Amino acid sequence: MVKVDGLDKLLAEHPFFDGMDESYRKTLAGCARNERFKPGEMIAQEGKPAERFYFIRTGAVSLEFHVPGHDGLVLETLHDGDIFGWSWMVEPYEWSYDICALELTRVISLDGACLRKKLKKDHALGFELYSRFMPVMAKRLYRTRQQLTDMFAKK
Amino acid sequence: MPDQTTSDAPYADPMVPDLLPITLRRKELDDTFTIELDPGKPGFHFQPGQFNMLYVFGVGEVPISISGDPANPGKLVHTIRNVGAVTDALSKLKKGDQVGVRGPFGSAWPVIEADGHDVVIIAGGIGLAPLRPAIEHVLANREHFGRFVILYGARSPEDVLYMKQLQQWRGRLDTYVDVTVDHADRSWAGNVGVVPRLIERADFDPHHTKVMICGPEIMMRFTIKELVQRGMEKDDIFVSMERNMKCAIGHCGHCQFGGKFICKDGPVFAYSQIEDLLQVRGL
Ligand SMILES: Cc1cc2nc3c(=O)[nH]c(=O)nc-3n(C[C@H](O)[C@H](O)[C@H](O)COP(=O)(O)OP(=O)(O)OC[C@H]3O[C@@H](n4cnc5c(N)ncnc54)[C@H](O)[C@@H]3O)c2cc1C
Ligand code: FES
Repeated sequence: MVKVDGLDKLLAEHPFFDGMDESYRKTLAGCARNERFKPGEMIAQEGKPAERFYFIRTGAVSLEFHVPGHDGLVLETLHDGDIFGWSWMVEPYEWSYDICALELTRVISLDGACLRKKLKKDHALGFELYSRFMPVMAKRLYRTRQQLTDMFAKK
Repeated sequence: MPDQTTSDAPYADPMVPDLLPITLRRKELDDTFTIELDPGKPGFHFQPGQFNMLYVFGVGEVPISISGDPANPGKLVHTIRNVGAVTDALSKLKKGDQVGVRGPFGSAWPVIEADGHDVVIIAGGIGLAPLRPAIEHVLANREHFGRFVILYGARSPEDVLYMKQLQQWRGRLDTYVDVTVDHADRSWAGNVGVVPRLIERADFDPHHTKVMICGPEIMMRFTIKELVQRGMEKDDIFVSMERNMKCAIGHCGHCQFGGKFICKDGPVFAYSQIEDLLQVRGL
């Protein structure tokens, strides 16, 4: 269990887990893995199975859309303390964009299938996780709309 | 040139423009250029945030902020985006051509009140031009201020104004500069996303900071929301408003914004002064 304890410590350092009950965090740490990506390394690809959910410890990644004739259109860049990847929550569990490391990036990732199993068993944990997840998703949706307004509004 | 706010002597006629020659003309972006004029008047000065009315004879007159260094008022600098009749006519003028100039008019960025505080500058698009004099002032008097943060957003990497200067400012150890664009391809190594995202990562004390914002109104609204969430007081957030103008001295009512005239009460307002107006749809 030393490994899980170490991962739990890393999770505790990420702002997503601020104030989360320790027992919940420890349960989640059971699905966790410590990873690092080199600059330019693809972390996820549109249409491929979305098996993991990521917490950036340090580094930067880009969310990209594949547009024919373009070299990857960057929609957003994410940095230390950000999270990405919620496709594990929604069928058919496929990535809806590409994700590329822009610099050496250290993350903790959680296994989607493992998470789904735990959340099905423990609804209180599910509620806790979703309550932290939804505001991030809502904020990102809201900002995407700002971005579109900026890009397409005449003034 | 008349000096509305800073000279003791009342100006002869604020409606009569001075004819000033263009001493330098520089392309900034595809649709944006800078002209420098010689004010031709010893003692001329302006405050960061003030604007001039620039007149192209036979075409019309437009308000344009002064974007130069307030410590060097002998170079009267304006950065202009070509959006319509008058700005297009201005874009066609060459070195040596004359422009009719009235000003400076309007209120200033609170660079004096900001003494002893952290200062955060947030600009979108051409909004960096009206803020540049405030940036120059802070940098020239750096020891008077706490942390200094400059956040800038443009539509794409090709639309980033004053790129070289942003790099220079970023190179200073005492200034934090972060730039983002709405969209880019992989050749852009910087941030992609909207300006409010940059606020999250910037280090300043929300209870001891003056923020100055200029950009499209929609960007300012989202930015203010983020700052208020971060714990900032509405009195410490300043914005520059744009409305079409005619007289620039509070007579014609053209620039009326609720009960305020942008030309003489603004263009710089504390957010607390105009919060209600910014919420009104269609104003
Ligand atoms: C206090 C103040 C300071 C300003 N400072 C600057 C500055 O430093 N640099 C600068 O480039 N502009 C600045 N402006 C905006 C500038 O005054 C207008 O862009 C200009 O009046 C447009 O005149 P025009 O005859 O060229 O265009 P018009 O023929 O009047 O307009 C052409 C088209 O452009 C649109 N338009 C008008 N104004 C704007 C605008 N502000 N932004 C985008 N689209 C617009 C119109 O809706 C129309 O569709 C400032 C405005 C104010 C009130
Ligand atoms: S422009 Fe005439 S009142 Fe402001």
